[in-house]
Amino acid sequence: MSKKIIATASLAGCFGCHMSILDIDERILDLVELVEFNKSPVDDIKKFTKRVDVGIIEGGCCNSENVENLKYFRENCDVLISLGECAIMGGLPALRNGIPIKECLAEAYLDGPTVGLNTEKIIPNDPELPMILDKVYPCHEVVKIDYYLPGCPPRADLIWDALVALLTGSEMDLPYEVIKFD
Amino acid sequence: MKEKILEIISNYNKDKTRLMDILHDIQSIAGYVDAESIELLHKELGISASQVREVISFYHFYSSEPLGKVNIYLNDSVTAIMHGREAILETFEKECNVKEGSVSEDGQFGLFHTSCIGMNDQEPAAIINGKMFTRLTPYRVKEIVKDLKSGKDIKELIYEGDGGGRNALPGIHSMVCNNIRRRSALLTHDYTPFDVTKKVLANTSPEAIIDVVEASNIRGRGGAGFPTGMKWKFGRKAVGDHHVIICNADEGEPGTFKDRVILTEFPELVFEGMVIAGYAVGADIGLLYLRYEYKYLLNYLNGILADMRSKKLLGNGINKIEGFNFDIRIQLGAGAYICGEESALIESLEGKRGEPRDKPPFPVERGYLNYPTVVNNVETLALIPKIITKGSDWFLGLGNKASAGTKILSISGDCNYPGIYEVEWGTTIKDILDMSGSLDVQAIQVAGPSGALIGEKDFGRQISYTDLPTGGSMIVFGKERDILNDVVMNFLNFFIEESCGSCSTCRNMTSVLKERFTKILNGRGVKSDIDDLLNWSELLKVSRCGLGQTAANPITSSITNFRHLYENLIQKDVVFDTGFDLEESVKASCAAVGRQPILHNM
Ligand SMILES: Cc1cc2nc3c(=O)[nH]c(=O)nc-3n(C[C@H](O)[C@H](O)[C@H](O)COP(=O)(O)O)c2cc1C
Ligand code: SF4
Repeated sequence: MSKKIIATASLAGCFGCHMSILDIDERILDLVELVEFNKSPVDDIKKFTKRVDVGIIEGGCCNSENVENLKYFRENCDVLISLGECAIMGGLPALRNGIPIKECLAEAYLDGPTVGLNTEKIIPNDPELPMILDKVYPCHEVVKIDYYLPGCPPRADLIWDALVALLTGSEMDLPYEVIKFD
Repeated sequence: MKEKILEIISNYNKDKTRLMDILHDIQSIAGYVDAESIELLHKELGISASQVREVISFYHFYSSEPLGKVNIYLNDSVTAIMHGREAILETFEKECNVKEGSVSEDGQFGLFHTSCIGMNDQEPAAIINGKMFTRLTPYRVKEIVKDLKSGKDIKELIYEGDGGGRNALPGIHSMVCNNIRRRSALLTHDYTPFDVTKKVLANTSPEAIIDVVEASNIRGRGGAGFPTGMKWKFGRKAVGDHHVIICNADEGEPGTFKDRVILTEFPELVFEGMVIAGYAVGADIGLLYLRYEYKYLLNYLNGILADMRSKKLLGNGINKIEGFNFDIRIQLGAGAYICGEESALIESLEGKRGEPRDKPPFPVERGYLNYPTVVNNVETLALIPKIITKGSDWFLGLGNKASAGTKILSISGDCNYPGIYEVEWGTTIKDILDMSGSLDVQAIQVAGPSGALIGEKDFGRQISYTDLPTGGSMIVFGKERDILNDVVMNFLNFFIEESCGSCSTCRNMTSVLKERFTKILNGRGVKSDIDDLLNWSELLKVSRCGLGQTAANPITSSITNFRHLYENLIQKDVVFDTGFDLEESVKASCAAVGRQPILHNM
């Protein structure tokens, strides 16, 4: 059986979900038998070099670069998974949703307690910088998402089970504890 | 001020169940309920400050922030918009120098929107400092504002004179018109007030009264259509220290205004209906819950009650019947559609947020202050004296088999003769459209936003509990109306605004549906969106009360009967689209930091 190709990305997330992927411990050796990684922080491949079977997304979209990246993944992956709370619902970054973006920027760069060094009171606006979105979007509000793996972060076992199920075409057990809210 | 507020609180014997009245009184002298008053209420009434705050924030017409000296509440029902609300709003905004939803800088004017105020037959309408102003035009708005600025009293501002009928009585003195255009069993003057109380009750047992009501087959006119005789029987059987009769005059379903007209022209019928209900059920407490929007009727109605008391038609030993003690108090609401739902209404009567209760127990078992309580609509109660006088066979002779008697319809929208029409159950939609002078009709909304939007193929159907049930609201839409943008969207906003927020389905799903619906309107819809809307609507049915259970009806019934409108809007060869719009979503931040959006390659 030819190896399945996997790609991963962290958008507006904290890399906690990626840490959880690594938390599958020595099973990572089994995983390497099953899959080949393409574009991913795990191997630092920046651009897709071939068609990917499964893309895994951590984090939602808070800026235009996240959007661009997410669309890039959608174009290149057959199956796309939202991994973790931020990808699925926006998570902590989405706490700013509901506060006008102007106020958020002012708090971050002009008025907040940690802006002492910004003596010129500049809000970064270089055209090279990604543009901030009006709110943080969960991934499925930007592109089509095929599967959702909940958790903050999702447990390593869940990720493992899901990948094995997806790659071997078997059914997956999703016990209540995994999908309950708190 | 502190003394005055303490005085108000002691006027109500520090009774926390009278919080609604106390808040009204405080607002009338202080303009709003400030932090100090809230503190006083907490100490004096023995409830927490947050309990006071949660009540203030629940009702549209209470405020814990300063309002204007003059406060204008402009109706935003669909009929108001059809009749030119936008121009009225613009004129108010310009003349008063204030944006909708705020108070002008000089503190002079507050301008707010409000859900249907029961004036659909004379829109656009607004409530200004508690007084009703109807059939507004930009010209009249300018005149009104000019007079208000010059310091004229609100009472002097009626340019058109009084509306017809009893609206001209000094106790009402309002420009509101009745617009009664068809009379039948209820709206005819073949009734001598209080004859039943004086001549029948003394020699008829409560059980016999209930038998007549039951035999007449009358069902509730408030919407749910529960058999009235059966409700009274349950109420009579239920055990409690007191029994309660409540008349539901909250009339909040957009498009209905018949209770307004009944209360104006036939209040004796309503009050006598309550007395008869009190006698039959064995009740001693009578309450009429009057929506705040109809406050202009309050003094007039209280005058009639005082008159009844002086004639021993209320109070202890009514008409010398031993042990028949029954009195009626009018409770003014404060702007919340959900308070029309009977258990929410009871919560509100107890001085709380109007959040519906879990059922069972039903109000007939445990209602107001946990006493057995019968809640009936204004129209239901007003029919009772006539049924007792003329007999159940007379009533059964009207209407059709499943639905006895008549129904008072409130017809508005694109018709030549908006107003009140009393028709027999079984009348077809076509006849209703013809009698109201509705030409070139595209659709009619039967029974308000929670009812059904139907088109031509259904105009042969009848109003009836078994075909098209209705509490009486009928809004007609002409051929040129944009059903989705103007009608369905207006109704969705109404439910979002009026949900009490207890159930997550009703609180969230309404907004989720609106989002998906908006996506279709924006041309980003795909076929699966229509299916999603229908499937997700099902979820709302698990909500606690009728509001949530019917909140998706504008969507489902417009998809069922006007599917082509949706299909015309969806993208033909795209199967999936999230509707995400990068350009739109970066606009605000780019403007805030002062840069041009770069959108290529995305
Ligand atoms: C959201 C909602 C709003 C309601 N509004 C009213 C109303 O304004 N007036 C009314 O009489 N009944 C209203 N009802 C129905 C009442 O709960 C109750 O069934 C009715 O007052 C009983 O009186 P009836 O049997 O005479 O119709 C409403 C119900 C719901 C769920
Ligand atoms: S259905 Fe809506 S209005 Fe009714 S109780 Fe639930 S949240 Fe409140």
